[in-house]
Amino acid sequence: MTTPATPQAHQQAPDAGPPGPYESPIPIRPATLGDAVASEWTKIRSVRATIWTLGVMVVLMLTIGLGTALLVATDGGTLANDPVLGLGFFGVLLGSICVITLGVLTIGSEYSTGMIRTTLTACPSRGRVLAAKAIVFSSLAFTVTTVTATVVAGLQNLILDGAPASADDWLRGTVGIGLYIAALGLLALGIGAIVRHSAGAITIMIGVVLLPLVLALFMFADSLRGVQRFLIDYSIPNQIGGLYGTTMTSTGPSGWEPLLLMLCVAAAALGGAVAILNRRDV
Amino acid sequence: MIELEGLTKRFGSKIAVDHLSCQVRPGIVTGFLGPNGAGKSTTMRMMLDLDNPTSGTVRIDGKHYRELQEPLKYIGALLDAKAMHGGRSAYNNLLCLAQSNRIPSSRVDEVLDMVGLSAVAKKKSKGFSLGMGQRLGIASALLGDPEILMFDEPVNGLDPEGIHWIRNLMKALASEGRTIFVSSHLMSEMALTADHLIVIGQGKLLADTSMADFIQENSRSYARLRSPQQERLRDVLHQEGFTVVETAGGVLEIDGATTEELGELAARHQLVLHELSSQRASLEEAFMQMTAGSVEYHAHSERDPAAEPPVVGAGWGESWNKPEGTDRTDGKGA
Repeated sequence: MTTPATPQAHQQAPDAGPPGPYESPIPIRPATLGDAVASEWTKIRSVRATIWTLGVMVVLMLTIGLGTALLVATDGGTLANDPVLGLGFFGVLLGSICVITLGVLTIGSEYSTGMIRTTLTACPSRGRVLAAKAIVFSSLAFTVTTVTATVVAGLQNLILDGAPASADDWLRGTVGIGLYIAALGLLALGIGAIVRHSAGAITIMIGVVLLPLVLALFMFADSLRGVQRFLIDYSIPNQIGGLYGTTMTSTGPSGWEPLLLMLCVAAAALGGAVAILNRRDV
Repeated sequence: MIELEGLTKRFGSKIAVDHLSCQVRPGIVTGFLGPNGAGKSTTMRMMLDLDNPTSGTVRIDGKHYRELQEPLKYIGALLDAKAMHGGRSAYNNLLCLAQSNRIPSSRVDEVLDMVGLSAVAKKKSKGFSLGMGQRLGIASALLGDPEILMFDEPVNGLDPEGIHWIRNLMKALASEGRTIFVSSHLMSEMALTADHLIVIGQGKLLADTSMADFIQENSRSYARLRSPQQERLRDVLHQEGFTVVETAGGVLEIDGATTEELGELAARHQLVLHELSSQRASLEEAFMQMTAGSVEYHAHSERDPAAEPPVVGAGWGESWNKPEGTDRTDGKGA
């Protein structure tokens, strides 16, 4: 693979300097955020990590979603008083780890490969680069999650009977979940930009998802009851449950609240990342 | 045209670049020289706004880098060849850069052809050899057909063919009226490509001159003499007031004398000469002499009240200096 290019280049190169003199023949048209988005789209579609992480997520959501539905179907037949939509929860929770990974890698791989220097040389505005990444990544994560969640919910409802679900329930269980997972991915992207290290950022994000619940498990003391309650209420699994209408507690965020909360957190992380990137040496 | 003004970069207590002011002019190849760790790469990174200067400014055609809307059309840079995503094909690596600057995708094929990578355009850049990686980096620098080109140590790790190719490419680009700024720690390489030299040592500007002037000012020119009647020849030279240095193989080196006057002198005294030639110290020697001076300056800094605060090496320089006495300046030029 390495041999063919060298002799050929050697022969044609010396007189192959670009024909353009001082004034380049390439027209200068002002580049915009749209151009940065096109660039980021090329980047995200041309690496394998995208296919792998999103592929694994789709497989996880489908197998876990259908698996639980079939298990319940063979066991008892119906869910009685619970909405069938809520069964999608387990697949989404595991799938979110994949989106987190892709979110971190979107910026982390630039730092690990050194590509970030080339990227910022081509587009010195840190805000524009991060915004373009956020737009491309979140659109992709939103689309894949929403479509998969919808397919899973549809199949589960074919397999099982349960409490009737309203149109709003359906919207939250599909589009709402897609938006929430995309926002969680944006938080991962922001953390990735701040710590500049993929493995570190993924570890932090998995901690963010799981640690509140794990910590709450060990808070037996009465004096800690309030903290324990807070941790469970606002833990990410409970927030996802909130969107499905199947929360562990009754005091946590419910309805569309979890989405609003996650969007605010993600916006804060990305804003912080832009501020840090503007000040910091690459 | 790139203008640096009082550019300073400090990492903690260490000064990497120290009030550097100079200009990189269009139409010529400007060599940026300094030993390893002199601050060359840091300076180039500040030019591209990758590192923020502690103080001072860099202007590219009068603008700050961050004000350039499509920077690739003004300035193309090769910082390190591996600054690409290895899992992406060569074509896609260039395509995403082109898109961010609104450069048509047909230009990607053009530059790949120009550097001779068309055959491997769809291959992942991870599998590229050092030379191919370097070519890919150069392709990315040429992508916007920019007026200014910057190369950081472009010949590092290249085979002779690759070095030859880069040399010619730089000359061809400069002849089209572009500004070429190339860094190196190899003086011999610069001698073949650069028209103008900017030399730095420990972050400070040591020289900003044309290549010819640099050689003139910094290299020792001397005459080389060999004779079977060496004893007599030396006596004659001493009488005439020349300083003679005897080197290995019975060769005499005389500073500040032309071959004409030495030849006539030998003829007058009827001395047989086996060799009479004028010599000029190589560029490499001139460069070593100059940067050695910058190191020496720092080693002596504790004695000199006007000097900069001592750097890490100062303690070492002092202890080395004491037993040797005061005549160490002699040793440096040889």
